[in-house]
Amino acid sequence: MGRYVIRRLLQMIPVFIGSTFLIFFMVYALGDPVAALFGDRAPDPATAAQIRRDLHLNDSLGEQYLIYMRNIFTGDFGTAFNGQAVTSLMGSAFPVTIRLTLVAVVFEVVIGIALGVVTGLRRGRPVDTGVLLLTLVVISVPTFVTGYVLQYIFGVRLRWTAPSVSPSAPVGELLLPGLVLALVSLAYVTRLTRTSIAENTRADYVRTAVAKGLPQRRVIVRHLLRNSLIPVVTFIGTDIGALMGGAIVTERIFNIHGVGFQLYQGILRNNAPTVVGFVTILVLVFLIANLLVDLLYAVLDPRIRYA
Amino acid sequence: MRNAMRVRCAVGAAAIAMAAAACGGGSDTSGSGGVVRASWGDPQNPLEPADTNEVQGGKVLDMVFRGLKKYNPKTAAAENMVAQSITSTDSQNFDIKLKPGWTFSNGEPVTADSFINAWNYDALLKNAQVNAPFFSYIDGYDKVHPDASGAKSSAQTLSGLTKVSDTEFTVRLNQKFSLFPDTLGYSAFYPLPKAFFSNHAAWLAKPIGNGPYEISSYTKGTGMNLVKWDGYKGPDPAVNKGVDLRVYTDSNTAYTDLQAGNLDLVDDVPAAQLRNVKGDLGNRYINEPAGIIQTLAFPLYNPRWSSAKAAELRQGLSMAINRPQITRQIFQNTRTPATDWTSPVLGAAGGFKAGLCNTECSFDPARAKQLIQQAGGLPGGSITISYNADTGSHKEWVDAVCNSINNALGNNKACVGAPVGTFADFRNKITNKQMANTFRAGWQMDYPLIQDFLQPQYFTGASSNDSHYSNPNFDKLVNQANAESSPAAAVRAYQDAERQLVQDMPAIPLWYQNGSAGYSANLSNVTLNPFSVPVYNEIKVA
Repeated sequence: MGRYVIRRLLQMIPVFIGSTFLIFFMVYALGDPVAALFGDRAPDPATAAQIRRDLHLNDSLGEQYLIYMRNIFTGDFGTAFNGQAVTSLMGSAFPVTIRLTLVAVVFEVVIGIALGVVTGLRRGRPVDTGVLLLTLVVISVPTFVTGYVLQYIFGVRLRWTAPSVSPSAPVGELLLPGLVLALVSLAYVTRLTRTSIAENTRADYVRTAVAKGLPQRRVIVRHLLRNSLIPVVTFIGTDIGALMGGAIVTERIFNIHGVGFQLYQGILRNNAPTVVGFVTILVLVFLIANLLVDLLYAVLDPRIRYA
Repeated sequence: MRNAMRVRCAVGAAAIAMAAAACGGGSDTSGSGGVVRASWGDPQNPLEPADTNEVQGGKVLDMVFRGLKKYNPKTAAAENMVAQSITSTDSQNFDIKLKPGWTFSNGEPVTADSFINAWNYDALLKNAQVNAPFFSYIDGYDKVHPDASGAKSSAQTLSGLTKVSDTEFTVRLNQKFSLFPDTLGYSAFYPLPKAFFSNHAAWLAKPIGNGPYEISSYTKGTGMNLVKWDGYKGPDPAVNKGVDLRVYTDSNTAYTDLQAGNLDLVDDVPAAQLRNVKGDLGNRYINEPAGIIQTLAFPLYNPRWSSAKAAELRQGLSMAINRPQITRQIFQNTRTPATDWTSPVLGAAGGFKAGLCNTECSFDPARAKQLIQQAGGLPGGSITISYNADTGSHKEWVDAVCNSINNALGNNKACVGAPVGTFADFRNKITNKQMANTFRAGWQMDYPLIQDFLQPQYFTGASSNDSHYSNPNFDKLVNQANAESSPAAAVRAYQDAERQLVQDMPAIPLWYQNGSAGYSANLSNVTLNPFSVPVYNEIKVA
């Protein structure tokens, strides 16, 4: 087990280097950011040259990348154009986005799995058909539509909550954005769980458990659900990375100043340190989430072992 | 209301895992305690007077600072603020006297040194301030800020600035420029306290100025709280207790917050809401001209556009554009068809002249077709209009303009839009003279003077002459205007220069942009200044 984890962690190093280089290269390909600093006005050559020198923009791509990596290992992720260190941007953005993601994941797990179990056990009944139809609707409606509509209904019409999230982003205010962010994945979790449960209800070990005379509750929770959850856990694990990076739309709608907001600003202003820094961390989150999912398999299904 | 609270808690309780914070605080929707809650955008550069060239940072500087002059929010006239008098006998040497008694909010008096040191810092090449070119009229600028890329400054201070006493200094310009005093209301010319130089990082984290507000807290990227500065002695103190600026990435969200009573003032009504805004806000919606003009510029350095007959061609294109229809259909009347190269906010006295470009800027498809055919048709048979696709939703109107041209010429392929991915890339192509075809251009005035609309954009070799237009007669008239002793004569000479643009049409005037704002019933006396920024210090909070 320990060796397996170490091997996986070592594998992350080339992935980390490769992904940072690719992202750096792509942001670099967007072109020279200096002109945009001057708005609709032509930059005066001397000032532009001075800024380029300060940002090392005159060096070759390879040299810039080396300078950037050297700084990263000393904890310096560079500065955004408004003079703020990227690390301090991360310090304010990541806690907010992590909270939002957790809210979304809790919605996925609690509502998605509950609905999946209910529909899986009652296949073909009206409850099942109704929920299936509902998930189909949720999957086909784009996030920004559900976002704006729910924001208007709950924020402006009913006034249950503020339409936008305040800067401190307490969990209470993140419930609605979290739900919006989770909806599509929630629908997938419901469908995955339903299929998995429906398949396993006919499995031998379930029949054995029922024949042993175990109470129905115990059969479902201990035997049926635990085995049915493996595909669902895989999905949720990979979804965490997608939720954090994909929160751009949701964060914009609800004015949440998280990772999506900073990435959006960074891309808009061609600020390589912001974009590369944030995406690098997102890559790490993705890798670690995947590792945790793989380790969870062993907990759910004792037949799976890692050497 | 009781009912609403209960449901809110029920929602929280449903997700037990995080119920703790759900029903507690966060009910800041009622009563703002005399403070204006306004929408804001994250300033692009650090908040230094000479490093801020966009409106979001500019609106904070205008609350926190007062300069030698201030532009009257209603008439746009430059009026003395910190300055007692600015006099000159030859339009080149100016004597500036300061009113006594002005201080920064940290108690330091505003003296001649506050201006001289600030201007020397702003102009110095090493400090890489984007607004440095505003000091280029001052004698010695070429030593402090040499133009060539890679050059080093040979002097640290502007030789044209001389201190006479604590309340008086003189400015020597390197050319005659009668309107110079009227440029001094621009934020680049604001004074700076000693704290700016002694602890620069701390100052940037929380700028200190001499204006009616002081900054109580500033969280970059999130928001800023400004409070009324009680020690302010100027003639325009704040009538409210403060301003809370909140950063929004999406103007739709700010608008929704305004509807929900979560915000008092938005100064950018999103295009998607323009149809509803009258119904939502009634007379709490402002839509009036701002100092912004949109044009279509041509790369006059490209052989396609530099031939002798190309001017006729450009005039023809101008007449092929149905401006009234586009401003009505696409912009819901938030733009006004342009008939000169300035802006209505200047007023007649400031140099705005409606109809200065009359027939050449009016829709006349038959004449347009005739002119273009006389000039030998479109270069290469068709043109494109470049725009940046990342911000500003330019696609709609560019397509409409092309449509209008295509209809006039009876050719569906005469004109197409050519999007460029990012604004930075778009600007790079323009700066590096890589444009081969028409491109969109916009100009937001720095100060309400006709000079600011014409000289930077159309004078030979000027900093924002994106078309690389050069006409000796235009240059001569501009120089003449700058040397006039009275502003009225200068304005007249500038209008003569502007008539040259009608002949040459280096850029087609499209429309004047309006500023818009919407506000809640809590506020009254909300107005926009000529820069389309709300006049915060005059807003009353109920």
